Amino acid sequence: MDVSAAEALAVGLRAIGAGLCMGLGAIGPGVGEGNAVGKALEGMARQPESASTLRTNMILGCGITETTGIYSLIIAFLILFAMG
Amino acid sequence: MDISINGAYIYFTIPIFGGINVTQTTLSLLIVTIILCVAGVLLGRNLKTHPGKLQVLVEKGVEMLRGLVTSSMGEHNACWTPYIGTIFLSSICGSLIGMTGFLRSTTADLSVVLTWAIMTTAIIWYNNIRHMGVLKWLKGFTEPVFIMTPMNLISEIAQPISMAFRHFGNVFGGSIITAIVYTALSLLSSLLLNLVSGTVIIPIVIVLLGVGIILYQKFKKKKQIGVFKGILLGIFIAFGACGILEATGLLSGIPILSLGIPALLSVYFDLFSGFVQAFVFSLLSMIYIGQACPPPETAVETK
Repeated sequence: MDVSAAEALAVGLRAIGAGLCMGLGAIGPGVGEGNAVGKALEGMARQPESASTLRTNMILGCGITETTGIYSLIIAFLILFAMG
Repeated sequence: MDISINGAYIYFTIPIFGGINVTQTTLSLLIVTIILCVAGVLLGRNLKTHPGKLQVLVEKGVEMLRGLVTSSMGEHNACWTPYIGTIFLSSICGSLIGMTGFLRSTTADLSVVLTWAIMTTAIIWYNNIRHMGVLKWLKGFTEPVFIMTPMNLISEIAQPISMAFRHFGNVFGGSIITAIVYTALSLLSSLLLNLVSGTVIIPIVIVLLGVGIILYQKFKKKKQIGVFKGILLGIFIAFGACGILEATGLLSGIPILSLGIPALLSVYFDLFSGFVQAFVFSLLSMIYIGQACPPPETAVETK
């Protein structure tokens, strides 16, 4: 394999790796945030008077749940742009 | 397609202590600091017992912050309100200053948020040592069993890193996604312009069609055109005009599509996400510091 073909292969593999990283890493936060918001909505529907505290805590929980997704986003960016 | 993802641009290097880099982030952070200082001085002086509108607003904000701190850390920890408020306001202003267009968001730089996280961790460790003593603090790492020591150490180190990366990743990722969408939209618009600009006739027809529809609506139906329809027609006419410019070779590659759409992304990533992340960061700081500063009576008991 000559050099240019190897470089093209490397670029393609990087793209596949970044896509896999982001896609697989998005599953966990997606499921987690869905759970969190679902439960919070259940609680809000049951007790509308506690909606404001629930909403605040829900956004906080979503922000924390997002962390793993953000990690994979950073790794995907590193693979795409920093490993050149 | 050229998307350039860069860190903060280094303006110049101060040649002391092995070279201190003055970057875009340094400039934005200085500006944020100056804005906050000036706002603090201006809003905090001439306080009256019968407050005006502005003072009521400021007092309301300070009360809310104080209420947040005391509700999540306890009444005895109200002394941390200035620290939490500083981090919260710096984070919000630092994220929002990226919307000016020529200054870089301070929170899109890992150094800034990592510094805040390390500051918080230092406060937590100091308070732990002050309340428990060095030996008991060190012994806390070996609990519940001695084998867990490496895990405890890792989780202690991971805490500031995770706090910093959460905030940094959100803001930085948002800016990169905005840049990617921006590039994609300008590519798409040049593609569309290439479709119509083969001859001069097609774009002229488009412009005439748009103007014709507007005139028809105005004079035949005698009523105002709706906002949404008006915007669509305006985009249509602008598209045709860009096509004319492209076909005659006066101006080429006008990114017509990237005019309004990135603003929506910016609203989400800069406004909403910046606010949520500032809130999450300061709330986590509050919770961690609150754990390290137990109420006075239990602190006496542990002695």
